[in-house]
Amino acid sequence: MRRLGPFVLEPRLSPSRAAVLGVSLGAVVFALLLAAAVFYGYGRNPWQAYAQIGRGVFGSWPSFSEVLRRAIPLILCGVGLTLAFRAQFWNIGAEGQLLAGAVAATGVALFLPVPEGWRLPLMFLCGFLAGGLWAVIPALLRVKLAVNDVISTLMLNYVMAYIVEWLVHGPWKGPTMRGFAYTDRFPLTAQLGWLPGTRVHWVTLALGVVLALGVAFLLARTRLGYEIRVAGQNPEAARYAGINFTAVFALVMLLSGGLAGLAGVGEVAGIHRMLRSPSHISMGYGYTAIIVAWLARGNPLVAVFTALFFGLLFAAGDHMRIALGLPFQIVGVFQGLIFFCLIGFEILLSWRVGLARKGRAWSGQIGS
Amino acid sequence: MVGRLHAPTPLPSRPALVLLKDITKRFPGVVANDRVTFELRPGEVHALLGENGAGKTTLMNILYGLYRPDSGEIWVKGRRADIRSPRDAIRWGIGMVHQHFKLVLPHTVAENVALGLAGTPFWAPARAVAQKIRELSQRYGLPVDPDRRVWELSAGEQQRVEILKALIRGAEVLILDEPTSVLTPQEAQELFKVLSRMKEDGHGIIFISHKLDEVLSVADRITVMRRGRVVGTVLAQETNKTELARMMVGREVVFRLTKSTCQPGEAALRVQDLYARNDRGLWALKGVSFHVCRGEILGIAGVAGNGQRELVEVLTGLRRAERGKILLLGREVTNRSPRLLSDLGCAHVPEERIRMGIVPALPVEENLILKRHHRPPFCWRGLLRPRAIRSFAHRAVEEYAILTPSLRTPAKLLSGGNIQRLILARELSGRPAVVIAAHPTYGLDVGATEQIRQLLLRQREEGAAVLLVSEDLEEILELSDRIAVMFRGEIMGIVSAGEASLEEIGLMMAGERRSPVRSEGT
Ligand SMILES: Nc1ncnc2c1ncn2[C@@H]1O[C@H](COP(=O)(O)OP(=O)(O)OP(=O)(O)O)[C@@H](O)[C@H]1O
Ligand SMILES: [Mg+2]
Repeated sequence: MRRLGPFVLEPRLSPSRAAVLGVSLGAVVFALLLAAAVFYGYGRNPWQAYAQIGRGVFGSWPSFSEVLRRAIPLILCGVGLTLAFRAQFWNIGAEGQLLAGAVAATGVALFLPVPEGWRLPLMFLCGFLAGGLWAVIPALLRVKLAVNDVISTLMLNYVMAYIVEWLVHGPWKGPTMRGFAYTDRFPLTAQLGWLPGTRVHWVTLALGVVLALGVAFLLARTRLGYEIRVAGQNPEAARYAGINFTAVFALVMLLSGGLAGLAGVGEVAGIHRMLRSPSHISMGYGYTAIIVAWLARGNPLVAVFTALFFGLLFAAGDHMRIALGLPFQIVGVFQGLIFFCLIGFEILLSWRVGLARKGRAWSGQIGS
Repeated sequence: MVGRLHAPTPLPSRPALVLLKDITKRFPGVVANDRVTFELRPGEVHALLGENGAGKTTLMNILYGLYRPDSGEIWVKGRRADIRSPRDAIRWGIGMVHQHFKLVLPHTVAENVALGLAGTPFWAPARAVAQKIRELSQRYGLPVDPDRRVWELSAGEQQRVEILKALIRGAEVLILDEPTSVLTPQEAQELFKVLSRMKEDGHGIIFISHKLDEVLSVADRITVMRRGRVVGTVLAQETNKTELARMMVGREVVFRLTKSTCQPGEAALRVQDLYARNDRGLWALKGVSFHVCRGEILGIAGVAGNGQRELVEVLTGLRRAERGKILLLGREVTNRSPRLLSDLGCAHVPEERIRMGIVPALPVEENLILKRHHRPPFCWRGLLRPRAIRSFAHRAVEEYAILTPSLRTPAKLLSGGNIQRLILARELSGRPAVVIAAHPTYGLDVGATEQIRQLLLRQREEGAAVLLVSEDLEEILELSDRIAVMFRGEIMGIVSAGEASLEEIGLMMAGERRSPVRSEGT
């Protein structure tokens, strides 16, 4: 036990599911309370603002569909990240992997002479490979040269962002775009269809949900999943058990980056229908996905739901900008607060908290 | 006997140093402590005995403020103590040396001792305590150099640092959780001398151990626990091994193993002129050669740190051999992967069970298939087969008497001894051709120790070649057919168990080479 002000903490070796859920929800609620202060800062009543945002987002199908649209890349990236996090590989590079997928898809869409019926499937395949291979680089760097994975994945994001900038300003700059830094528009056979009345490219959405199920199955029921969990939980035991680190980490990152790559394909083929500057393609989905995967505690199925929650945040950001006249960057503030609270609330998972009252045994418990 | 167990202990003239009254602690699925009452008087060594999972560590963690009891009271020197954290415990004069040390390896001894010590200056805290360390280590005969870095120290020296840490914080009560399992016999003797000096100063010591001889020689009183309850408290002078074992297990324990005569087959493991370096890049093995036959146990004796760990690692593919050859079942396997070696039938009971032997967060059943998870019946075309895994786990838990609330319980929640059983169950159930066992009974209770030794003998009878590395000479003598003694990375000689005398082995352990003519004898 430890004492912390008026509280006593008792170590908790394996928190129950209910505890995890309770603590995570608690963290989110707490973050929203903190965010209320931001509304005050802008001179608005936070409860009215929340109500207005709620009405805006849930008010009609087209506006609610924006939640889904924003959630699509988050699902794909988030699910991929749960896989990496389970192997204790800190993939901060989903953003770059997403962009790599977008670049590959653009290449196939605009420049590859293939039968038109093959174009979209090939875009997904190449997007997956591009994102995956881009992510295998840090995996090999870590296994072979012990390069820190956080740093290498993060740095590769910048490299890929500059590659995209260079492409759209240079070799791939569209002649029909009147000097804007865009590529040409994709041919119709390289565009994903929308659900009627929305911008939801449902193929990618379905792909995300199916792949979440697939990754859950992979982790729980396959040899690779078992090796990922062993290597992640206790590398020493993995070595002892003869698990091949190079193979496991390379595969994990191929899949993790590949899923982010698919998200990139979805964004260019489903939303923009062209390649343009990185900040337009992604708006930081790859970074938000880190929180998505963290909040899901490495569970790919839960990541679908946490992705929807952050999709909601993004959609709410649009409303805040339009209806309340707040800057869109406020979404980043919200995300930051939520992540901050999650990490702060983590202490409640590894420690059982009670009130320290003299002479009395156990009083209240939180989240047990 | 029953009468003596429950006779009221005479009232001490001074109040007890520590009195634990009716302590109860439940964990999901187990009652770890069930109305436990335990008393420690000034100037006594009070031993705590009990089978694996009996609740000894839990009780001590409660006294040290790491866990909160569900009910019960703690009294220290006649006053009710409300201990809610180790810091409170230290304030009440209670210090604990955990089985797994909690030192900061890259730091010096003095820095480790200064860490978290009240009243040390903010700047250069280590210098201020160095003097104090020297004083105390003189007084209690605990030689340590305050300026050495912890990673350079042997297990015994690290333990001395832990004890010093407790003493410098003013501990009057010292809890030692299985202190001798990491020590060489010499180091253990030194520890006992320290304890008796502390006793003279009026300190009280709680001593947890599974080694009955040791307990009988150092303790004044012995409390035996079984399944969370206290069976009784006896005076060490008035009891003996057989009685203690019966109290712990609840039945008679045989101390004699039945061992058939050795019928060695062909050599299953052959090592020729092996060289390897340790983690610091120094030579740890310098030309080691031996062989182990099927149906034979070769014991490797020697003081810890003479290359045994590196030898085991090289043999199991975890460390590179720089020179020399390893032949497994006639096939050269030098520097091949651990996976290949284990697939060829080489089982490995590792020395560091928690760090290497299990995946703490994974459930018991998944830990039981580690190393065989990639082969039928547990895996088929890359898919795990939960039914096969579960039924195997069921059998293993039953056959090896692993005490666990369920098969899905994370392995880290098992008690130390049960983790060891889990590892043994996994390694021995695959009918291995070669078993490499490092300290297989380390931390096991008497009953389990007997059981494991019996299991190793059964492996030998079934035709496995067993390489047994242990610092416990008694264990080596009891089990081995031949004994090799290691000193500074070399084998001083190999003797057959029948003709080995303790003096001869002792001399070899100290570095005396056996005359080469006789070492070819077996
Ligand atoms: N934090 C915990 N959560 C759940 N169960 C626990 C926890 N700590 C201990 N246990 C259980 O409580 C029982 C007593 O464990 P304890 O560690 O006190 O045994 P022990 O007597 O020290 O055994 P050993 O000699 O093997 O070290 C065991 O069944 C163990 O599985
Ligand atoms: Mg214990």
